[in-house]
Amino acid sequence: METAEIIQGAGGAIGASWLMIALPLLGAAILLLGGRRTNGWGHLLGVAMSLGAFVVAVLSFVQMLGLDDSRRRQAVELFDFIPGMVKMGLLIDPLSISFALLITGVGSLIHIYSIGYMSHDPDRRRFFAYLNLFVAAMLLLVLADNYVGLYIGWEGVGLASYLLIGFWQHKPSAATAAKKAFIVNRVGDFGLAIGIFTIWTTFGSVAYGPVFEVAGEADQGVLTAIGLLLLLGACGKSAQLPLQSWLLDAMEGPTPVSALIHAATMVTAGVYLVVRSGAIFEAASTAQFVVTIVGVATLLAGAIIGCAKDDIKKALAGSTMSQIGYMMLAAGLGPVGYAFAIAHLITHGFFKANMFLGAGSVMHAMNDEVDMRKYGGLFSVMKVTAITFGIGYLAIIGFPLLSGYFTKDGIIESAMHVNPVLGWLAVAGAGITGFYMSRVMFMTFFGKRRWAPDAHPHESPAVMTIPLVILSIGSVFLGAYLILGNRLMLFLAPAVGRPADLPGFHPFSAPGLTTLALVAVGAAIAWAKYGRAEVPQVAPRGSFLTTFARRDLYGDALNESLFMRPGQWLTRIAVFFDNRAVDGLVNGLAAGIGGTSGRMRRLQNGFVRSYALSILFGAAMVVGALLYVGTL
Amino acid sequence: MPWLSILIAVPVLGSVGVALLPKGADKLAKQLTLAVSLIVLGLTIAMAVQFSPGSTDRFQFAETYRWIPSFGVHFGVGVDGIALVLIALSAVLVPIVVLASWHDADAPTAKRSVKAYFSLLLLLEAMMVGVFAATDVFLFYVFFEAMLIPMYFMIGSYGGAQRSYAAVKFLLYSLFGGLLMLVAVIALYVIADKGTFMFPELIGAITDPATQKWLFLGFFIAFAIKAPLWPFHTWLPDAAAQAPAGAAVLLVGVLDKVGTYGMLRFCLELFPDASKFFTPLVLVLSVVGIVYGAIVAIGQTDMKRLIAYTSISHFGFIAMGVFAMTANAASGATLYMVNHGFSTGALFLIAGFLIYRRGSHHIQDYGGVQKVAPVLAGTFLVAGLSGLALPGLSTFVSEFMVLIGTYERYVVPAIIATSGVVLAAIYILWMYQRVANGPTAEKVQGMRDLDSREKWVIVPLLALIVALGFFPKPILDVINPAVDKTLANVSVTEFKPAVPAVAEPKGAGE
Repeated sequence: METAEIIQGAGGAIGASWLMIALPLLGAAILLLGGRRTNGWGHLLGVAMSLGAFVVAVLSFVQMLGLDDSRRRQAVELFDFIPGMVKMGLLIDPLSISFALLITGVGSLIHIYSIGYMSHDPDRRRFFAYLNLFVAAMLLLVLADNYVGLYIGWEGVGLASYLLIGFWQHKPSAATAAKKAFIVNRVGDFGLAIGIFTIWTTFGSVAYGPVFEVAGEADQGVLTAIGLLLLLGACGKSAQLPLQSWLLDAMEGPTPVSALIHAATMVTAGVYLVVRSGAIFEAASTAQFVVTIVGVATLLAGAIIGCAKDDIKKALAGSTMSQIGYMMLAAGLGPVGYAFAIAHLITHGFFKANMFLGAGSVMHAMNDEVDMRKYGGLFSVMKVTAITFGIGYLAIIGFPLLSGYFTKDGIIESAMHVNPVLGWLAVAGAGITGFYMSRVMFMTFFGKRRWAPDAHPHESPAVMTIPLVILSIGSVFLGAYLILGNRLMLFLAPAVGRPADLPGFHPFSAPGLTTLALVAVGAAIAWAKYGRAEVPQVAPRGSFLTTFARRDLYGDALNESLFMRPGQWLTRIAVFFDNRAVDGLVNGLAAGIGGTSGRMRRLQNGFVRSYALSILFGAAMVVGALLYVGTL
Repeated sequence: MPWLSILIAVPVLGSVGVALLPKGADKLAKQLTLAVSLIVLGLTIAMAVQFSPGSTDRFQFAETYRWIPSFGVHFGVGVDGIALVLIALSAVLVPIVVLASWHDADAPTAKRSVKAYFSLLLLLEAMMVGVFAATDVFLFYVFFEAMLIPMYFMIGSYGGAQRSYAAVKFLLYSLFGGLLMLVAVIALYVIADKGTFMFPELIGAITDPATQKWLFLGFFIAFAIKAPLWPFHTWLPDAAAQAPAGAAVLLVGVLDKVGTYGMLRFCLELFPDASKFFTPLVLVLSVVGIVYGAIVAIGQTDMKRLIAYTSISHFGFIAMGVFAMTANAASGATLYMVNHGFSTGALFLIAGFLIYRRGSHHIQDYGGVQKVAPVLAGTFLVAGLSGLALPGLSTFVSEFMVLIGTYERYVVPAIIATSGVVLAAIYILWMYQRVANGPTAEKVQGMRDLDSREKWVIVPLLALIVALGFFPKPILDVINPAVDKTLANVSVTEFKPAVPAVAEPKGAGE
């Protein structure tokens, strides 16, 4: 992989890029420490800080566009964090700036949307504080120039995610989901941490530049180990198999959170990690292959789960898993796939945030109802939401010429090149996507109205619909812009390298046409079952496969029987053992020295006296010993 | 200026002064104690400012007075970076504890004396300074044992329902360890045959391998009980749960650190070969303690016992860092001692606030605190997150350094220890969920939020935890040279990366 050198001492907007992190962090601090005093204007400050970060990102991006390819990787030194090990700094390059634009851009839109969505919540200020905290941590994750900085951001977004999933923490289900997300993520972080330790002991550095420069020279086994450990971290954060179980529960959080954190940005951090660590993965083909396997397995699993969910947010969450699976697959393909992974990540950030916010708009209108079996026929009452959601829907199923069409097709094509089995599985996944997303679309906006008697749906206020419109514009055009002429691939090349032969765009290839055909079949089945036919208000029992999908492919059941219940037993045994055995043994020993355990108990009475006695005893020993020594 | 003598004398005088106050002058006693502890803090800061980390002197502000000339016992004090940060930890925690304990000694039964509690607190402070400052092994031993006295009374007279049992258990365990150490101290004096107990002169004095091993064990077991390491730990949950919250903070936050400090200072330097010989054993005890302490913590139903068990897990990290004998691990372990004092201190104090309000230490008696007392719950969460070593908080830096430093030499123990990060998330977040989340329990309704005294207690601690989390350099710059000197006396070699990255100079070896 050929990448550009990292240039020290950046100036201009890039030199001030630390403001991107500092502004939202400051916002979070003011809102959390200021308490109720900031209730009145807290949400505005939150939006302003996020927009401020966006402005810095845009200025840095513009400055970068004015530079030659060879000068597009700039280091910003910040401070000595752990002397001798970690110098904290930022790396502003095409890869990190792409993320920064997505995070601050989509992030700001979601901040604005939340003004309306959370307007009735008494804790709106706290919500914005956490959103700002998230943006700061996420930017540190992608902008840091070393693995420890990434790790700090990595766990920081985990904290923000925990706080936001559990935002309505008086609900036990929300509190439990939040805790679960954090703990499952920590399993991934365990892998990431050991990966970082290994990088340190192998290279004597944790900074990207120096490590990647010599990465290829390290022992193959060590590199594979590092790759797999980093992948474990990526699986936790990006809800990939086998650490996927937390994402569906995470939908307990307010919907803007699901849009920002659990669809557009945080969950894509694993993809970032793999692409960023390209130098390591490219030198460890086994690890790379495992990445693609994880990606394909998850893209199918997520799609299957998405087919069976009646909760609109959970259906979208299954879809998120699946789409990130596509990105993982692409990231595991090496330089051929990186640009497609990132392109799909960006367009997915738009169309999925678009759909989540649309779902939020629907819930807002339907008294927070999430069951799609209680929706239906909403098109006529909330046209803006329905049309923007529809655009996101067409984008994700890969409707020709919309965003998802270009980016997903790119992933499928490059997977075909590397390994046709993976490629065809990805095609199958696209077909399933066509079915389950159409199902969501039809159940919500078309067919008969199955509303609850007290539901009086209405279109959401402009502060909510304007972000929807902007996001849907991105969902239409962004894919073509990024993919045609390999625009994004060439832009990213200084940071992640590029394949020797640039891929062309083949709209009429066999896989491409098959994909379109399968998507059409999927959509048609969905129309027959959920558009034209009557949708029962209560879910039918369904086949074995439906149950399997409804129960998240038994992921939770597996975790419970493999980890949770044995863990509970272990805990109980350990507590019992500690109270009886260890304590008993040592007490017995102590008592044995002093006499019997009965005497030990008697010591509790008149303890002052016995204490004085022990002191006297001790003092006598000291004096005696010293006297004895003195005579030697 | 004899800084260290003054730092010991001021709290002693304060303690006497408080004790001599007339009966019933409780408020004055508290105010006087707070004033004295703040003076000590001020003096400590003044001393720390003059400390020069780069100095070639092994100990700065050194003072030596002959005490028992016939046995070469000196009143010898002095600090290096390691001792300095631990003295600073004590000096920061005491005023906070005084303020936090404002009502802890106010007796339900009028039998207790308020001023005696605060007098003991100051006496304890003097001994905490003394034990870290001692450069004479015998003087260290004297402080090591004498510290038990004030703590014993603080638990035994002001603690919870089971206080007598807990206090006696604490005392017996500690005395047993102390006795072993006493034998080892005397043997060290005799065998080294230098006619002195001064630590710097005893370095390298014991060369015979077998002798080193026996003496090592004498010291180590005393420290392992003090710290405490698994399986010597069972006194700690009882003592910490029964002690008043403030005393628990000093017990777990500072007194227990004397154990891990002793391992780093005395075990490693006086008996380097024995330390290396016993390293596998110590690492096993540490790793077992890390995992075991965390698992047992998960299963606790009593808030204070839970926090005590998390500390057992954390002491495993510290001991592992000390015995990994790499610069990163040892610096991390030292920093861990400081951070753990702040973090666990904050947790115990907030648990104390909760228990004071609700009148129960059972976790199940809480629920939904966040709704009625958001600031209290918020501080509890931040303190908890520092307990699970969240990046951005100071505890992360130390835990990360211990783990990465251990990994440099001992891969498998480091990996097992790293699993502690998952367990820590479980015990902290589950406790927080049961206390603060969910519907508000009936008896929690109307729980008041933090008042301004309590904010003064908790805000400085949390501020330190955050500040040192983002910028640990100032304190690491003090610790690192001292750790390097310590490790130089153990003569270990630093690890070499297999494929050194070119652009960055390797810093770990220094």
